[in-house]
Amino acid sequence: MLQFSFWDILSNLLIATQWTIILSLIAFVCGGIVGLILLFMRVSGVRPLEWFTKAYIEFFQGTPLLMQLFLFFFGIALFGVEVSPWMAATMALTFWTSAFLTEIWRGCVESIPKGQWEASTSLALTFVEQMRYVILPQASRIAIAPTVGFSVQVVKGTALASIIGFVELTKAGTMLNNATFRPFLVYSLVALIYFCLCFPLSWCAKKIEGRLNVAR
Amino acid sequence: MSLVSIRDVRKSFGELEVLKGVSLEVAKGDVVAIIGRSGSGKSTLLRCINGLEAYQSGAILADGIEVGGLYADLRELRRHVGMVFQQFNLFPHLTAAENVMLAPMVVNKVSKKEARNVAAEVLAKVGLSEKMDAWPSQLSGGQQQRVAIARSLAMRPKVLLCDEITSALDPELVNEVLKVVEQLAKEGMTLILVTHEMRFARDVGTNLVFMHHGKVHETGKPKDVFAAPQTPELQQFVGGTAH
Repeated sequence: MLQFSFWDILSNLLIATQWTIILSLIAFVCGGIVGLILLFMRVSGVRPLEWFTKAYIEFFQGTPLLMQLFLFFFGIALFGVEVSPWMAATMALTFWTSAFLTEIWRGCVESIPKGQWEASTSLALTFVEQMRYVILPQASRIAIAPTVGFSVQVVKGTALASIIGFVELTKAGTMLNNATFRPFLVYSLVALIYFCLCFPLSWCAKKIEGRLNVAR
Repeated sequence: MSLVSIRDVRKSFGELEVLKGVSLEVAKGDVVAIIGRSGSGKSTLLRCINGLEAYQSGAILADGIEVGGLYADLRELRRHVGMVFQQFNLFPHLTAAENVMLAPMVVNKVSKKEARNVAAEVLAKVGLSEKMDAWPSQLSGGQQQRVAIARSLAMRPKVLLCDEITSALDPELVNEVLKVVEQLAKEGMTLILVTHEMRFARDVGTNLVFMHHGKVHETGKPKDVFAAPQTPELQQFVGGTAH
């Protein structure tokens, strides 16, 4: 039987960590783009668009991420389209992230005083121009801290992708445990790596929040 | 021909009817001062003129555009109808010059250099040439309000709506703003002002409109109206506020 040293375990975990990072980044970036589009729809004042976004957000916030992963992984396969675990995980995490980011950002947009909208309306700016030149530059300052804070949730959320067979950090941990039967060591290392990924993010979020509070 | 024509406009917020059939004609070069108690509908009327508030019936024609029309080109309307607010509403993330430059650049697609020239011109007009690169937070209330006026002027409006623009100012800062407005009036700018400054309304206004309970209660030349108010409501109002 193959013997795994501590360093074998650690290096295998670190290799799998790459995929956790890549999946997190893609989910966060794509989720951010989708979230931004949804944000425009959510605050557009156009009723059908607002209803659609509300329903979308309710769905993704109101169901477990794991169910969403299953839906994308098994659900799309029902229509005869082969979905890889990688594809399903990316899509589910992207939509899940977008729902939460839209809601976070909506709060930031709504905290901008109504007078800013009225003044820019009176200057003949269109809705998109108002968002781009007046509202978002102000709202994004407030949004940075909670957005960075939420990225921690995305990193941790990628762990669920292990269940549909995507080999990232958690899945690699499970596989190494099956091979070595040293669950305490393996999962301690897994947890430690997650912590090393997440702690700098939450630390940044706190730092930014503190700085903005001082600036006020 | 009237530049702004308001005909029998009615507006309700839910159950509460705030405008009960208001009619008003404003010709080019007029300086219309709208006075009245708070809640009489004067600010609402002003906000209806550039489409910030919708009205339920009647018609408002501003610069030939029917404001409440289903397909009203409100963007085109707002290019020609400027508005200055009680709370200034400057964009805090932009400098004074950038506040002024934004609409010409974004809406009128003017080049940055040209917009900067316009900003220099209108900021000079309101006496703030030295403050071009100041942030709103570095300016006094009076200076902020003058930047807000300059920001509207940069679009070369045909009408300027002023919604109690001195009400949020400390008393010693009121005059610097009123002086700017008076200068605009002298240059022939069409102005519609909701104001509590009775002396200013009398000295600068060409028309005075007294609103009461959502209606135009009394109107005329400011000097005549103030000298001999016809209705008991206006007599009481003028008696209570003009000193």
